[in-house]
Amino acid sequence: MSNLLECKNLSKHFGPVKALDNISLSVGCGRIVGLLGPNASGKSTFIKICNHLLTPTSGEIRISGFHPGVESKKIVSYLPERNYLNDWMKVSDIISFFSDFYSDFSKEKAYDMLKKLNIHAGDRLKTMSKGTKEKVQLILVMSREAQLYLLDEPIGGVDPAARDYILDTIIGNYSENATVILSTHLISDIEKVLDEVIFLREGQIVLHQTVDEIREETGKSVDSLFREVFKC
Amino acid sequence: MTWDLTADRPIYAQLIEQLELRICSGTYPPGSRLPSVRDLAQEASVNPNTMQRALARLEEDGLLYSHRTSGRFVTEDAELIRKTKNKLAHEQVQEFLQRMKDLGFEYNEILSIITDIAEELIK
Repeated sequence: MSNLLECKNLSKHFGPVKALDNISLSVGCGRIVGLLGPNASGKSTFIKICNHLLTPTSGEIRISGFHPGVESKKIVSYLPERNYLNDWMKVSDIISFFSDFYSDFSKEKAYDMLKKLNIHAGDRLKTMSKGTKEKVQLILVMSREAQLYLLDEPIGGVDPAARDYILDTIIGNYSENATVILSTHLISDIEKVLDEVIFLREGQIVLHQTVDEIREETGKSVDSLFREVFKC
Repeated sequence: MTWDLTADRPIYAQLIEQLELRICSGTYPPGSRLPSVRDLAQEASVNPNTMQRALARLEEDGLLYSHRTSGRFVTEDAELIRKTKNKLAHEQVQEFLQRMKDLGFEYNEILSIITDIAEELIK
């Protein structure tokens, strides 16, 4: 089976700063991957390159064989780190919008998730709390039938109960044909859900292993290992 | 029964133990159909691939068997379930004895403590 995401010697420099420094990695289908690292380690830069929001300084990246661009965007569902939706819109408007925009969007799935989280489709975004807005964004992203879901800090801003629901949704949406890559600091909350983790430090990959390999070899959770590796 | 998973051991191994426990305790009775991988993974809040691996292992061990289309079932082999139950009991007791030894108790002391507590419980 060929890899869904493949990058070779990928670098991104911002002036003298090496946000990504010669990264090579491949991720297969049907995986749930944690992209972990301290602040400014390059997590968001990497995700943005995958989404064609940034272009690499050097190196190559391919998603299902495509360079980031129109074709890759059709199969990538992206949750940015910040809210980009228009505040005046109703949730139902945004759903129609997404449904027009993405051929793989399922309205039914979106409304079903809204109902489960008790969010009213007729409400406008500006009347919602920060946490509820984040839930709406995640619902939109997970309602697509994508091959790659790139979630930048999906659980950072919501309460523990909603966090559980989000993880539950990620597990429930699992498909052998799709891969989820998510970045987060909240490792202990998510490590049971992950197949593999990638540790980034100052733009470089320090470790890329499965969760159970790490536990087997070190006798430690990914969370403890992270604290050890990135000890300040 | 909740899924108790500790942070320091492979999740896969712990899922095997917890599934064995559920089969032995009758939560999943002999011959019954198991929930789908996805449902089990959601219930235990774990990665579906990890759950799949644990189930495949139990299938190899004969505790589970699968029907091509209708899913996975618990074995009806009472002898095998009894053996698994004994294996689990063995592990529990070994672990317990080790901890009592760490506390400094001798074998006969441990036995009398068990007898005392068991008698209290029966009353």
